[in-house]
Amino acid sequence: MNKPIRRVSILVMALFALLLANGTYIMVFEQSSLNANQLNRRARDEDFAQNRGSILAGDTAIAYSKPSNDRFKYQRVYPDGKMYAPITGFFSYDHGTTGLENSYNTQLAGTDDSLFVRRMVDLVTNQPPQGASIQTTINPAVQKAAYNALGDQKGAAVAIDPKTGAILAMVSKPSFDPNTVASHDIESANKAYTKAVKDPDNPMSNRAAREIYPPGSTFKLVTTAAALEKGGLTPDSKVASPNRLLLPGTSTYLSNENGESCGGAKITMTQALDVSCNTAYAGIGLKLGADTLSNEAGKFGFGSRHLSDLGAAASVFPDDINESQLALCSIGQYEVAASPLQMAMVSAAIANDGVLMDPYIVSEVRSPDLQVLSRTKPQELDRPLSADNANKLKQMMVSVVQNGTGTAAQIPGIGVGGKTGTAQSDPTRKPYAWFTAIAPSDDPQIAVAVFIEDANIPREDIAGGALAAPVAKAMIEAAVKK
Amino acid sequence: MSATDNPAMVTVVPRKRRTVEMFLVLFASALSLAAYAQVDLNVQGHLPTNLTLVAVIAFVLPLLAHAAIRWRVPYADPVILPCATLLNGLGLTMIHRIDLINDPPSTGATQQLLWTVLGIALLIVVVAVIRDHRPLQGFTYTLGLVGLVLLLLPLVPGISSGDVGGAQIWIHLGPLSFQPAEVSKVLLAIAFASYLVEKRDVLALAGWRVLGIDLPRARDLGPILLVWLTTLAVLVFQNDLGTSLLFFGLFVTMLYVSTQRPGWAVIGLVLFAAGAVFGYFARGHVRIRVAIWLHPFANINESYQLIQAQFGLAWGGLLGRGLGEGRPGLTPLARSDFIATSLGEELGMAGLFAVIMIYGLIVSRGLRTALACREPFGKLLAAGLSFSFALQVFLIIGGVTRLLPLTGLTTPFMSQGGSSMIANWVVIGLLLIISHQVRRPVATTQDVDPGGELIFERPGQVSDSEETQAIPATRGTGGTADDDQPTQIHVRGGHR
Repeated sequence: MNKPIRRVSILVMALFALLLANGTYIMVFEQSSLNANQLNRRARDEDFAQNRGSILAGDTAIAYSKPSNDRFKYQRVYPDGKMYAPITGFFSYDHGTTGLENSYNTQLAGTDDSLFVRRMVDLVTNQPPQGASIQTTINPAVQKAAYNALGDQKGAAVAIDPKTGAILAMVSKPSFDPNTVASHDIESANKAYTKAVKDPDNPMSNRAAREIYPPGSTFKLVTTAAALEKGGLTPDSKVASPNRLLLPGTSTYLSNENGESCGGAKITMTQALDVSCNTAYAGIGLKLGADTLSNEAGKFGFGSRHLSDLGAAASVFPDDINESQLALCSIGQYEVAASPLQMAMVSAAIANDGVLMDPYIVSEVRSPDLQVLSRTKPQELDRPLSADNANKLKQMMVSVVQNGTGTAAQIPGIGVGGKTGTAQSDPTRKPYAWFTAIAPSDDPQIAVAVFIEDANIPREDIAGGALAAPVAKAMIEAAVKK
Repeated sequence: MSATDNPAMVTVVPRKRRTVEMFLVLFASALSLAAYAQVDLNVQGHLPTNLTLVAVIAFVLPLLAHAAIRWRVPYADPVILPCATLLNGLGLTMIHRIDLINDPPSTGATQQLLWTVLGIALLIVVVAVIRDHRPLQGFTYTLGLVGLVLLLLPLVPGISSGDVGGAQIWIHLGPLSFQPAEVSKVLLAIAFASYLVEKRDVLALAGWRVLGIDLPRARDLGPILLVWLTTLAVLVFQNDLGTSLLFFGLFVTMLYVSTQRPGWAVIGLVLFAAGAVFGYFARGHVRIRVAIWLHPFANINESYQLIQAQFGLAWGGLLGRGLGEGRPGLTPLARSDFIATSLGEELGMAGLFAVIMIYGLIVSRGLRTALACREPFGKLLAAGLSFSFALQVFLIIGGVTRLLPLTGLTTPFMSQGGSSMIANWVVIGLLLIISHQVRRPVATTQDVDPGGELIFERPGQVSDSEETQAIPATRGTGGTADDDQPTQIHVRGGHR
């Protein structure tokens, strides 16, 4: 009977070898994917208990971890949480992470490859591991000015340094307090999360970068840029400005704001922008053609995603449009949709001699011992218009604030250029109010876009100039030293 | 040496190796105790308050078993007891560690300790009272009947605990609940062994030959079909895939070993496949088990425990989180079905593999005893017990590590549960007494004709077997056995 016993022994050896091979597979080869699984509470709890690095705006921490005496050793704290929520996002137990907490998770947690050496040192010296800190480009003064100036209005504001593309401010209202969602009291955190998600006002949506809206007349800046670049027009060129314009192929007439005249049958481009003349711009757009306009919008950044750190949405200029749709698109209606970030980029490119810089919000990642692990270099994205034309367009924007619809943004001692917008998205709801601005006009340091979704004032009063321009003004005042 | 002192009488005294066993047992106890202390240090921040008591228990219990072995079966294999001691100790430590997750701590380890005491007591009974396995051969049908009844007992209304965790494998008598299949396993192994020894010549008769394999005669298929149907009944009515597999595997293997005919193994595999396919289609329970094995993340509610176990293993990684530093409590049944993954989480791949290797050591010692055994009953019994032990370890650890569909078997000596604990200590007792009979010097004195040719034989190489190998005389003089196997001296042509 020894032969079969030997064979059985070999079978047993094979079975045990299978156990070991399978164990190795799970515990070594599958380890990282199992640990990364969302359902894995072991990994999630450890992540949640980590001493994460801070997120900084200027010198102030807008998110940091402080020791806590519960099962998760560190509590994430967001001073001024509501103000910075669209930037920091939140770090929650059951609902993951958003914002920079999400996009820089590995650096903040200290698990990134760039922190490998540091981690090894911590391991050897038996120090609790600590994450890297994230330096944002946010200017707290501008952020605060925008946040306060928006008040209780639903909307968003973005400020960009036109020379670098650095985001100086990003506010979205209404906001939520990330502290409530990051609480170690999981039940109350879940309640806060559910409440925010169910809130019809969507406090968790980042209106500044992740939502797109019809930009209304602020889009006329793009149309103007295309006209200067490709249409052979100058600020002084006369363009037709009828009181109403029959939309080609339809029986619908396009009229101007409040049905008024733009100041004559033919006015200059500058005047047309000053008064935001719809018929004039529809005419310019029809003359330029859909391809030219679409191309110019694309050069300003429409159609592609920017600021991936915050998962910004791509703005849209529709394809395959007919003449009447082109006429509407030229004035920022129909299916044109832009994020406030995109409109700030348009102004920023105009302010920066026609050079569009790639927007960014994180300038540096620093290890716990303050060593710089990575630094963002400003990058040129495109050149939507020549320096010459950019200067002309900038002067036209200054004229809008001096003589046109944007007078509310005037600041004594600082040359401000801007453009208002009012977009009718749906007849049953209030129009959107927009304002985008650059300042100071001789050496622009800031480009701003303000968007107000649903202002609590009577409908006829809504205009970018009245509602959005004061917010832009407050932001410029905070940014520009007189 | 006696052989040289008196050339006419040869006395062979194999080394008993009891002192080696004692030191190994002390080492196993010390290791378990250290693990126990480490659990409290890591979880509570201080040494266990009952450390002295635990230390006394940890050393005294296995030493009692050791003393019984030294007294009654001194030639028994010296590695088996220390291995079982270490597994039992680590199991108790792990259960204690999981006890501490609850506040106040649960008392699983204390209950398990009581079962351990009972198990070791039974081992001592087996070693001291039964002492020789051969008389067990006389109870073939009694043991077989009792084994089958026990196996099917959970189906009896009144004492059945009903459906627990999808399977109906528990009975309750008063306050005690019991998994009778564990005890049945030992009884049926003995019954199978003696039955097969009796019938193996008939069973080995060739019937037809298919594809180069000699298949048994059709009329001899009766017993295998009976066992097959019983295991199918276990599968269908008790929903217990693991026990069904274990028993059928045990029987087929013993059949193959006793008849030396691969045909039986082939028939067994075919019947098993048929049973498995039937089970898959007839029982939703089996289907679910297979589905969550193949796609654990497709239905996270049904495969929750399996997914958690995988996470636990991954969390343990190569070296583990450390005793008390992991989170085995997140896996349901962490102290019973999933104790292997709890170990993997806290002791890592290294620790889990060490435990698997200790199981392997017990199995290899058992199979080695089977190889060395000179009479068919002991051979078959040792092989059967070792193989079923190995199969059980494979099925349960393979199940919790997602190598196989999960079956509700116990992890020998480790998972919480009394029936398994006492049954496995009895298995260890049986292996010990068989190994004692195997290694015990047979014919301690023999007449030696000085003119005869000396042939040295290793035990287990019975001279009339086809595997007899004469070991060259250059190996040494008789009686100077330098390994732990006794050396026998036969004298060819020396009989008068």
